[in-house]
Amino acid sequence: MAAYKPVVVQACPKLGERITQDTLYWRGYKTPVQIKEFGAVNRIDFSPVQPYNYAVTASSRIHIYGRYSQEPIKTFSRFRDAAYCATYRDDGRLLVAGSEDSIIRLFDISGKAPLRQFEGHTKPVHLVGFLSDKYRIFSGSDDYSSKLWDIPSATEIISYSEHTDYVRCGCASKVNADVFMTGSYDHTVKLFDARTKSSVMTIEHGHPVESVLLFPSGGLLVSAGGRYVKVWDVLKGGQLLVSLKNHHKTVTCLCLNSSGQRLLSGSLDRHVKIYSTTSYKVVHSFNYATSILSLALSPEDETIVVGMTNGVLNVKHRKPEEKNEKSQKKRQPAYRTYVKGRTYMPKQEDFCVSKPVKRVLRKYDKLLRSFQSSKALDAVLEPPIMLHTPEVTVAVMQELHRRGTLRSALAGRDEKQVNLLLTFVARRVIEPRFTPVLVTVADMITDIYQPVVGQSEIVDKQFLKLQEAIGKEIDYQEELLEVLGMMDTLFATFTKKRDICLEGNKSNGLTEIIETDMNY
Amino acid sequence: RRCPRGLRLPRGARAPSAGLTAFPPCRFLLCASGDFVKVYSVSTEETLRLMGGHADLVTGIQLNPHNHMQLYSSSLDGTIKLWDFMDGIPIKTFTVGSKLLALYTLASAEDSVFVVIPKKGERDTFQLVSVKLTKGAGQDLEVKELSVILAGVDASMKHIAFGRGGEYVVSVKDVNLQVYFFKRRLLNRFSLSTVKTKGGDNRFSCVVCHPTEDCIATGHADGKIRLWRNFHHRKEYTYSTLHWHHDTVMDLAFSMEGTRLLSGGVESVLVQWHNESSWQKDFLPRLGSPIEYISLSSDGALCCTLHTDNRITIINSNLRFSRSIQGLIKSRDVKTGLVVDPRTKALVLNGEPGHLQFYSLQSDQQLFSLDIVQRQYIHQAGLKQSDLVKVAFSAQGTWLATVEESEEINDPELQLKLWFYDEETQSFKLNTRINTPHDNHITDMCFRDMDELEHDSLILVTTGRDCVFKVWVMVEDTDPEAQQSVSWSCDFVGSYHNYQATNCCFSEDGSLLAVSFEETVTVWDSLTWDLKCTFCHPPGNIRNICFGRLTCSKYLVGATDYGFLCCWNLLTCALEWSAHLNVVILQPDPLSEHIAAVSWLSKESSLFVFKPNEPRPIYIQRNLCKEKILLAAFVPRDEPEMISSERYLWLRRSQLFFLTDTQELMTLSTKSLEERLTPSSKQLAVEESLPVTPFSLLLGKHRHQQAQEDKDPGKPVVHNKQEQASPAVKELLHTPAHVLPSASFLCTIFINSLLISKESKSAEEIVDEVEMESEKAEDDSDEEDVTEMEQEDTGHVELLGETTCKLSKSQEKELRKIRKTDYSWISAF
Repeated sequence: MAAYKPVVVQACPKLGERITQDTLYWRGYKTPVQIKEFGAVNRIDFSPVQPYNYAVTASSRIHIYGRYSQEPIKTFSRFRDAAYCATYRDDGRLLVAGSEDSIIRLFDISGKAPLRQFEGHTKPVHLVGFLSDKYRIFSGSDDYSSKLWDIPSATEIISYSEHTDYVRCGCASKVNADVFMTGSYDHTVKLFDARTKSSVMTIEHGHPVESVLLFPSGGLLVSAGGRYVKVWDVLKGGQLLVSLKNHHKTVTCLCLNSSGQRLLSGSLDRHVKIYSTTSYKVVHSFNYATSILSLALSPEDETIVVGMTNGVLNVKHRKPEEKNEKSQKKRQPAYRTYVKGRTYMPKQEDFCVSKPVKRVLRKYDKLLRSFQSSKALDAVLEPPIMLHTPEVTVAVMQELHRRGTLRSALAGRDEKQVNLLLTFVARRVIEPRFTPVLVTVADMITDIYQPVVGQSEIVDKQFLKLQEAIGKEIDYQEELLEVLGMMDTLFATFTKKRDICLEGNKSNGLTEIIETDMNY
Repeated sequence: RRCPRGLRLPRGARAPSAGLTAFPPCRFLLCASGDFVKVYSVSTEETLRLMGGHADLVTGIQLNPHNHMQLYSSSLDGTIKLWDFMDGIPIKTFTVGSKLLALYTLASAEDSVFVVIPKKGERDTFQLVSVKLTKGAGQDLEVKELSVILAGVDASMKHIAFGRGGEYVVSVKDVNLQVYFFKRRLLNRFSLSTVKTKGGDNRFSCVVCHPTEDCIATGHADGKIRLWRNFHHRKEYTYSTLHWHHDTVMDLAFSMEGTRLLSGGVESVLVQWHNESSWQKDFLPRLGSPIEYISLSSDGALCCTLHTDNRITIINSNLRFSRSIQGLIKSRDVKTGLVVDPRTKALVLNGEPGHLQFYSLQSDQQLFSLDIVQRQYIHQAGLKQSDLVKVAFSAQGTWLATVEESEEINDPELQLKLWFYDEETQSFKLNTRINTPHDNHITDMCFRDMDELEHDSLILVTTGRDCVFKVWVMVEDTDPEAQQSVSWSCDFVGSYHNYQATNCCFSEDGSLLAVSFEETVTVWDSLTWDLKCTFCHPPGNIRNICFGRLTCSKYLVGATDYGFLCCWNLLTCALEWSAHLNVVILQPDPLSEHIAAVSWLSKESSLFVFKPNEPRPIYIQRNLCKEKILLAAFVPRDEPEMISSERYLWLRRSQLFFLTDTQELMTLSTKSLEERLTPSSKQLAVEESLPVTPFSLLLGKHRHQQAQEDKDPGKPVVHNKQEQASPAVKELLHTPAHVLPSASFLCTIFINSLLISKESKSAEEIVDEVEMESEKAEDDSDEEDVTEMEQEDTGHVELLGETTCKLSKSQEKELRKIRKTDYSWISAF
């Protein structure tokens, strides 16, 4: 004896975006907060210590924002010209920034005036950063040189001038305090060791390098320039691991998420793409209003901050996870009764009596089980089902048709219900997956309600709409057939050629080689 | 009439067409099935015994009311047999002389039974007669005393019922009801109006009597149940009506006390009406198929329903489904053909509507039923049901492809489903569902039979009436987080001159695909999907095609409508030979190069077995059976059978099964019926039927000990074995050398027989082996003569008997010892 089998709802593969764990994760951000800055935002840097403030460099100012503040909690504005690349030290207490006037300034987070000023570059300094020993600073400038500075004495330790164009990006190794790398507009990324006089490694990116990034392990290097994001294996002497081309304009910034599992890239094409660092496939992407210049992700992925060319700072906070708390609260009072016997593992000689699984049937299934066709149809004509899951409605209609009771289910309805039915049919009849069923439904409705046509204005209007929809679809199909005919003629010419060479193989009188598909 | 030797039905494959059941106290279920009466165990669902002896259909079985261990059965061959069903022995045979159509027994009627027989001289009129069972010493007795009780009754056993305590008998026919009172010798007739009320057809379909009250319940063709009372009076009788069924009430049954009435019909719902509370109803819905008979056990604890599809359902008294006994499920139409599951070697065909049944030929049991359509089946006439039409397995049985379509001709609502065998759950799991794979009906489907280790080699081809064939391949899902890693999609669509594609077939190595388009066979390269060559044998459409196998793999065989069997050579692309033969089925053996062709000519089916490389068939069996054979399949044997005759050599590795249009499953066998029917579980059943008493418990414990003692490998056993082995060895040495197989083959067996093994490998086995050897030697010297072979067969049985005799002797001493202790124990008790 079998149990009642519920109606099979035809599942169609959803076109477009597929919902994965990633999409769910990256969708879990609130609507963005927009903050207007004075100029293009060229750098955003999160403080590595609590409470994870972030420094935003735009125009001649550096603003420091708190986690949820929309106003800057602190501003450094002692710049004569544009400031660049404000970066926190590992302990979050010092901040260094380059500027258009070629001077590098070092600030204390609590103070206002710069602690130190490093002078030595002759052109604007777009890149500054701390080495991981905390006592040295590296910098890159438009005078093609990159330098290393000592913080306590404010003196230059060493200067490398190997690049042949502007040095615009770079980063320091977290593993080795002497290693840092710079990317330049001369299409190369150079790896420097502070203990040697010249570069250790040169990587040819192929486009002006806009951003470089080292993985926390120090083994992989990511460079962005032009439309490409390239991943290199540093330990293998700079071998290209993978080249990603997912943007259609220059990629300007790179960033890793807190776990190191995902790589984010921002571009002038207004997109932020998120890659998996295992498969290097795009797993998600964000859309922004204007071109993106800078991008940062807070520790634990709490906040995504994106800076744009028009000076807008876009801040997205992660939604707090509420569900867990709720379910825990619910369970607390009956904790003991729930837990009772839960942990018992059946032994081998135990005889297990399993609880009968109660099957939950949908409302229309319950009605169909008891052969109430009209009510079952009512159940699936309710707006939420009809609008969001039309396939359910159509599946029930098909089932009723199969049982031979569709006509009686459709009959005997008042103006409002007929209107509802006709709206649904007129809207969905052109969808190819529903057409076969809905054409029968439309046929039956017109048959049943033919005698009362003209009595209700609303219903008449719906009938006209249905006619219009079908007429349009017919025109469309005719057009498609014409195109198909044209294409067939083209294909037929191809086939002919192949047949000729086939005929050369003809070996015996009994075999006849006949052209395939020649009847177009 | 020349009967083909050894053409036999496998057990139970025949439907219980006269399915009548009787329950002795809740342990056994008796059921008439074809010419046999079957005894099932209620608790294990197994067939315990098969009681054969009637020469024709068994029409009725009734328990002996005076002895519940005995059973009366009546048959169309005109005999009533009395059985001891516990042991399966016929006690007596009473010959009546005319066809017996139904059988009834009464507790009050001493040594007489009631049967329905046709009235002499008139066609289609039947009478109920009482048969006095003569007492005599012999087994076969002639019955002479027949007295007519009612004339003009209906032949069906459901149309007559005996009332409370056997006081009256009720018979219904068309719209007439007649009641005969035995004591008063009074006959009352009642009739319903013949005028058909709206849509109704109030003819009687069945009748039962209340066990304790004067009340008759009748079922009608329009679904009504009428309860008649006060029928002692001709005028003042009353009846009330119960109506739930929408179609004919097939059977009715009262419970033991008459408090409940059970009814069933086409809806496949068992309805229980309660007598007290104004006929309140309980339902047991979705029993699978229309109910044909309802029967209650004599203690009222169980109820069973017999269904039209050859199935028995056992139901608890609280209307809960308990278990079902099913053999080969009879479906309306076997559209899928006979397919063999490579994994279980089970026969796969349509089962319940929308299901695929896996039927094990060895155990005559349904292994499982796979729900393919997965839709609620509505038992109602005139509905367009969708059903399974095509089935294909991949070579290792890991993939199953099914096609289902609805009965509508214009819009067949096709679905192609691909199922993957899940090792964990041991069942098939739906992998891909393709809606409308073709625009019109699918005519054929096949997998490419190749190593399935390489994923890309698995290809499915479907041919359709929409003039194309489609190639489906597995596609791996690129997304690592997706639920399943592979799915199927269309790879190539081929067509030929807009002809309908009718058949498809892959060559053995999978490199070539043959697709037949009406009159033409096209051969395609399966790598590039280029058309390689075409064959044609006009006039007539191609009906069947298949490639040769093994040594004959260069041949392609096809059969046409116009009665030609053609064989083409693929290397020369020329016709090798053709024969004039109206071939219905062309079935290649998967394990050899033999191809079986079944022809249908002038109302008889004939079988031809041939190899494609020579036009002369190696085996011809004309007049195989009267019915038209619709389907055939080769089922591989577990181990090659020893077949001595050269004529039957092609049956060595696989067995051929047929399905006729009356849905009977047949096979060609070289063994006799008796050998096939040896009930393996006979002794088991006897033990099971013993009542559990303290004594039996004690005895059982002792037996257990005894068995353990027997197991102990001791020296005396070894000695015995040596003695045992020596005559066999002697025989081996005395056989002339030229009839023995090669020495290298015999050497190991010979040496093993001399060795004293440490394991307790029983002497029986070794002797058996040796016997087999010598027997084989005999076979070789034998000529291919049927009569002689039969003698040889019996000789074989005797030989085996001897060995068992010897064995028992060898261990008799030990057994005696044990028995001594046994008796001492009893005396102590």
